[in-house]
Amino acid sequence: MEKKLGLPKSMKDVITHYCPGCGHGVIHRILAEVIDELGIKEITIGIAPVGCAVLAYDYLDMDMAEAPHGRTPAVATGIKRVQPDKIVFTYQGDGDLAAIGTGEIVHTAARGENITTIFVNNAVYGMTGGQMAPTTLLKQKTDTTPFGREAKYAGFPIRVPEMLKSLEGTVYLARETVISPKNIITLKKYIRKAFDTQIKKMGFSLVEVLSPCPTNMKLSPIQSYDWVAKNMVPYYPLGEIKDLTK
Amino acid sequence: METKILISGNEALGEAAVQAGCKAYFGYPITPQNELTAYMSRRMLEENRVFVQAESELAAINMVLGAAASGVRTMTTSSSPGISLMQEGLSYMAGDELPCVVANIARGGPGLGNIAGSQSDYFQSVKGGGHGDYNLIVIAPATVQEMFDFTFTAFNLADKYRTPVIILADGYLGQMMEPAILQKKEITNFPKNWALTGAKGRKPNVINSMYLAEGALEKHNQKLQEKFRKIKKELCLVEEISTVDAEVILIAYGTASRICKSVARKLREKNIRAGLIRPITLWPFPTETIKQSASHAKFFLTIEMSAGQMVEDVRLAVEDKVPVYFYGRMGGGIPEEEKIIEIIEAKL
Ligand SMILES: Cc1ncc(C[n+]2csc(CCOP(=O)(O)OP(=O)(O)O)c2C)c(N)n1
Repeated sequence: MEKKLGLPKSMKDVITHYCPGCGHGVIHRILAEVIDELGIKEITIGIAPVGCAVLAYDYLDMDMAEAPHGRTPAVATGIKRVQPDKIVFTYQGDGDLAAIGTGEIVHTAARGENITTIFVNNAVYGMTGGQMAPTTLLKQKTDTTPFGREAKYAGFPIRVPEMLKSLEGTVYLARETVISPKNIITLKKYIRKAFDTQIKKMGFSLVEVLSPCPTNMKLSPIQSYDWVAKNMVPYYPLGEIKDLTK
Repeated sequence: METKILISGNEALGEAAVQAGCKAYFGYPITPQNELTAYMSRRMLEENRVFVQAESELAAINMVLGAAASGVRTMTTSSSPGISLMQEGLSYMAGDELPCVVANIARGGPGLGNIAGSQSDYFQSVKGGGHGDYNLIVIAPATVQEMFDFTFTAFNLADKYRTPVIILADGYLGQMMEPAILQKKEITNFPKNWALTGAKGRKPNVINSMYLAEGALEKHNQKLQEKFRKIKKELCLVEEISTVDAEVILIAYGTASRICKSVARKLREKNIRAGLIRPITLWPFPTETIKQSASHAKFFLTIEMSAGQMVEDVRLAVEDKVPVYFYGRMGGGIPEEEKIIEIIEAKL
């Protein structure tokens, strides 16, 4: 039996600019499906980051703002504070969230802002051509770690949900990946739970998504999925890292 | 309330923002404007509005961006180093065409400088300040009463033109206490159908400053420049004192203009025909007013609490028709009346 999925209502019928095999497109779709299923499209406001997902507002069919690089959670705070009954999410890459915008994400979480963050960890700076990200793995070669990331010079990769876990303002923190249908189903469950957390006005929620970047990993799409499974998943364990929703 | 009360410039500005309908205030502590943030932390909660002490000025200006994108009146205040950190956000807001009010209770620089009042942020304020082609409306009060009154003007203009408006005061004006009447001024409302409020029964709204298609960014810039030209045509606030017959014209704004007002009076007592032009909007700059006075003045003397920043705009306006001299003090120094009089007498 064949089942056609069609386009979620919350997505525009356009072709995205993402590279073949990139995780952003899948994550957009899951996000749109969750927003459809929760029936919140008309009260949702999204904030696109600076990074490969900068054009998210061209693909997601809802009110959206652009934020300066890393300031995404601050823009979300401004929107949510004056419109507490709207659903507000940020969509951020690892450079946006865990390097230039570390201050903003930590303090937005610490304040317990009632927003949801979708955090896309592809272990590189995608948009600028594959430089080291704060989540680049040790030994991983990037444009700016040509001999592989060495802790001695470049420190250690950051596990964001684990870092935010100790903050009392955080309510729901989880990590999944998009490398298999099974993972995608779980990811969707987590994203839904994160939005539910916000709908119930419980506080800050974040879902990290391990996402392949074949172009900058210099691998084929399929190889890049294997690379995520073999290298990222062991360092970034999947699952619900904090769940105070029960 | 018609009664005069004794109040600091910082608090008068804060009270005006509340009365002008500021729905969300975001700030980060910095001297010499701390009383303002503290005032807002109390008043905004009393009024059931939004107050957030941000983790930095970077965050504060971007919270302002979010609140402005939501369509409400919003403000942040800071002093020079904090305003430097806000420049990226202000550039975005200029590109996004988002209204907000930012007060700079300026202090001495460069770097950490000191906490005394200064006018050395003139260039940063009137020449754009961040990256890209844009200008912000800049209003310079000179009294505590004007700290109150011009805050209404700032909010109205921000909404009218969909642009950030800077109130450029200095630490002396912020800290100084003077009698003022805190009577609510007129508020003009403009429709904000571009705001992000959830796309219910309409197409989604997007607030962004990025234009990638070929020629699109130039087109966007042309639209912005058209707006800046319109503002220049429609807006110019300036005070002129005894300039009609003046042979000597002082030019100063803010705190420096208070000193020059007294200098001009003293010179008249000495039978020297002196006048004062006080720019109130620093952008748009009162170029025409200055140009007209250049036809009868012997010379101009620009007085600033800086190394000489506004004087460049004065020279552009005067077009070398008569000399434009400059005297300024830096790092929190205040130009002295006797010194100004001495310079003028020597030049005559
Ligand atoms: C202030 C500032 N610094 C640097 C940049 C350049 N820049 C654009 S995207 C980006 C990295 C984005 O990487 P990431 O957040 O990991 O997202 P990805 O592109 O991988 O999805 C950088 C450094 C910028 N636009 N603004």
